Amino acid sequence: MSAWGRAAGWSAALAATLALVAVVSAAIGPVRVPPTAVVKAVLNALVVPTGVETTAQGAGTLTLPGVDLVYRSPFAFPVDRVHQQIVVGVRLPRILMAALVGFALAAAGTVMQGFFRNPMADPSIIGVSSGAAVGAVAFIVFPTALSATLVLPLVGSVDVALSHGAGVSLFAFVGALAAAFGVYAIATRHGRTPVATLLLAGVAVQTFLGAVISYLQLQAGESLRRIVAWLMGHLSGAGWSDVAVTAVVVPPLFCVLLVYARDLNVMLLGEEEAQGLGIAVERTKRILLGASALITAAGVAFAGVIGFVGLIVPHMLRLVVGPDHRVLLPSAALAGGSFLVAADTVARAGSTELPVGIVTAAVGAPFFVYLLVTREVHEL
Amino acid sequence: MTADSPAVGDGASRTPDDAGAPPIEVRDLSVAFGDVPVVSGVDLRVERGSLVGLVGPNGAGKTTVLRAIKGTLSPDAGEVRLDGDPADSLSPREAGRRVASVPQETSLAFDFRVRQIVEMGRTPHLGRFDGHGPADDRAVREAMDAAGVARFADRAITEVSGGERQRVLLARALAQETPSLLLDEPTASLDVNHAVRTLELVRGLVDGERAAIAAIHDLDVAARYCDEIVVLANGGVRAAGPPADVLTAGTLRDAFDAEAFVGENPSTGTPTVTAFDALDGADESGGAESTDARESTDAREPRRVHVVGSGRSAARAVARLAAAGHAVSVGVVPEGDAAAGVATDAGATAVTAPPFAAVPAERRAEAVALAEEADVTVAAGSGERGETEANSEAGANAAVLAAGDRIARIDDGFGDSELLDAVRECDGNDAADR
Repeated sequence: MSAWGRAAGWSAALAATLALVAVVSAAIGPVRVPPTAVVKAVLNALVVPTGVETTAQGAGTLTLPGVDLVYRSPFAFPVDRVHQQIVVGVRLPRILMAALVGFALAAAGTVMQGFFRNPMADPSIIGVSSGAAVGAVAFIVFPTALSATLVLPLVGSVDVALSHGAGVSLFAFVGALAAAFGVYAIATRHGRTPVATLLLAGVAVQTFLGAVISYLQLQAGESLRRIVAWLMGHLSGAGWSDVAVTAVVVPPLFCVLLVYARDLNVMLLGEEEAQGLGIAVERTKRILLGASALITAAGVAFAGVIGFVGLIVPHMLRLVVGPDHRVLLPSAALAGGSFLVAADTVARAGSTELPVGIVTAAVGAPFFVYLLVTREVHEL
Repeated sequence: MTADSPAVGDGASRTPDDAGAPPIEVRDLSVAFGDVPVVSGVDLRVERGSLVGLVGPNGAGKTTVLRAIKGTLSPDAGEVRLDGDPADSLSPREAGRRVASVPQETSLAFDFRVRQIVEMGRTPHLGRFDGHGPADDRAVREAMDAAGVARFADRAITEVSGGERQRVLLARALAQETPSLLLDEPTASLDVNHAVRTLELVRGLVDGERAAIAAIHDLDVAARYCDEIVVLANGGVRAAGPPADVLTAGTLRDAFDAEAFVGENPSTGTPTVTAFDALDGADESGGAESTDARESTDAREPRRVHVVGSGRSAARAVARLAAAGHAVSVGVVPEGDAAAGVATDAGATAVTAPPFAAVPAERRAEAVALAEEADVTVAAGSGERGETEANSEAGANAAVLAAGDRIARIDDGFGDSELLDAVRECDGNDAADR
């Protein structure tokens, strides 16, 4: 079977798994909801555009005709109103957020492991997570000052303050990209970016940013708890607007990575070999790095630093579907989504909620050790 | 002629076979790593149907030249042309359709199947969204059959042996279906059987109108399979041409700093090279470093040496002395004797006589004259035999030995240094006498 055929097969199976995990996850919580009720509630919430409605909107002295789509749900299953609210209003956005973040981190981890030809590579290797952490922590410590610097040049007034969650995410995103670009710029000479230099530049920048984060924590005072929670990774408080933003950013970037999956395969032979086989190596590296940094930044901006998803899931799937990135990339991404949804379910199922980063690390690290001991993953 | 052909511009649109441009042409190539020049002023061309062997000592820049042709490093001066087009004007894809290379080593990471690795050879022929078509499948199948990897096509590349891995790389290059092939030490990790099979395969491809250039360590292998040999040393081309013209003791001394005897391989009829350690002068300077030894070797004037004896011992003595740069003569030896054959290969003078017959007087006189002229006369092997009739070979040789001033005697099965030391000692005594 062709590689893309296998990719489609695995993707279908893993997408079904993700859907199943999501339904089970939505049923679990302080209030138990029967899985059938979950499915009905989700279907009830689905809407399709059914028509167009013209309204007259007043805008100052002008009156403009406005066009609005009319949505209607095709389903109307009888579901307990409380259950409907819990599933769609509370649990579903969090589950979708977990799925998107897991998807993004696993995809970026797969690409980074191939890119660096290094089993220890993960999405944070080029400084993305550290940069995001600095951005987020800085905003938590100095919210007013930072939102002012951002808003003032745009609006010209300090009155418009960023909402706290949006500010943290925005600064995390910007910090992530700034760090990744810094690492790239340090490692690039005369238009070439040697992978080994990039790796070392990533280590250097991460170390430096670690120092910055520690310093900010010392200055944090009362907000220290929030910093610690963010750094450990969390998905609580994810709302539909966060999901919407992430859902717009992640899939297109994933498509870019997928388009370059075959090039990534060839790059595994080494850069000289890849060039001999017709790959524009430096350009491909820039695209892969850029898309990976963006997709990782989108993931960590909302959820904080969630470790091990981008490290473990690609390994696991490589053992199952093989190293061909055309198959591996979509498989690992979908499995990453399932993994993080499951981990987050564990994190919130107990009497006190845990940061999800603790769960992924607690589950992921022993599993990684198991892989090392049994499957000789260290040899790649 | 290529120099006059119109400049590029229309690069990719030109078909590879117009204008008779050679598939690979390197002009005045210079490459430096930082301030260290690796090669300079290298010119070479590889025609269709020709296999060019790139030989030279370690660090001479063979791999560098290949990398420049591949386009993985950009030259500091000069240019590389592929099918007449400057290589740097071609996109990586276009270059990948003109030249395929078999690397010396590869870091094949992750456990791809052998088949998947060979399929990667089709990359330059595929658009971003293309799947493998029937032509691609055929190319992959043929390449795997030709390189003999079809048998283990479904094994992981990380599980096959080093030799098998090298053949996988060859198969990948064949799947590229390019007019030119670059090979960097293609037989370095292959056993004799697979080395020969690989080169026969390459030879066959070349005879089918492809062009190939291979960096080869083994001079005998290069001589046997290449149409042309380019000797690279000290950053430049020392010699180029057909193997028999290029592989000479002089060229090899120049390029490799080695004393070599070049004979003819009786089973292939191609040159075969035997290198010796340059021992001369090593102990005179009291075991000093090799540079000193070489200097004293260079300083020493080559001597006229006449060898008396026949059979293997005399043949070895002639070969070794010729390799050491001496002007060697031998005689009287029976026609068809091993020593006579070696003398011909080494460009030494041999005085021969019909075997099992009286030695003609003029031959004897000729040999005596050579011995008289010689600085040193070497008596090789157990010279004394019972029979001493004046016109027999032994009798003649006794006379020749008597004519020589300084005689160095060596036994059968002499060691390399024994012979050269004996000659030097004789010569040294003489120098002191003068």
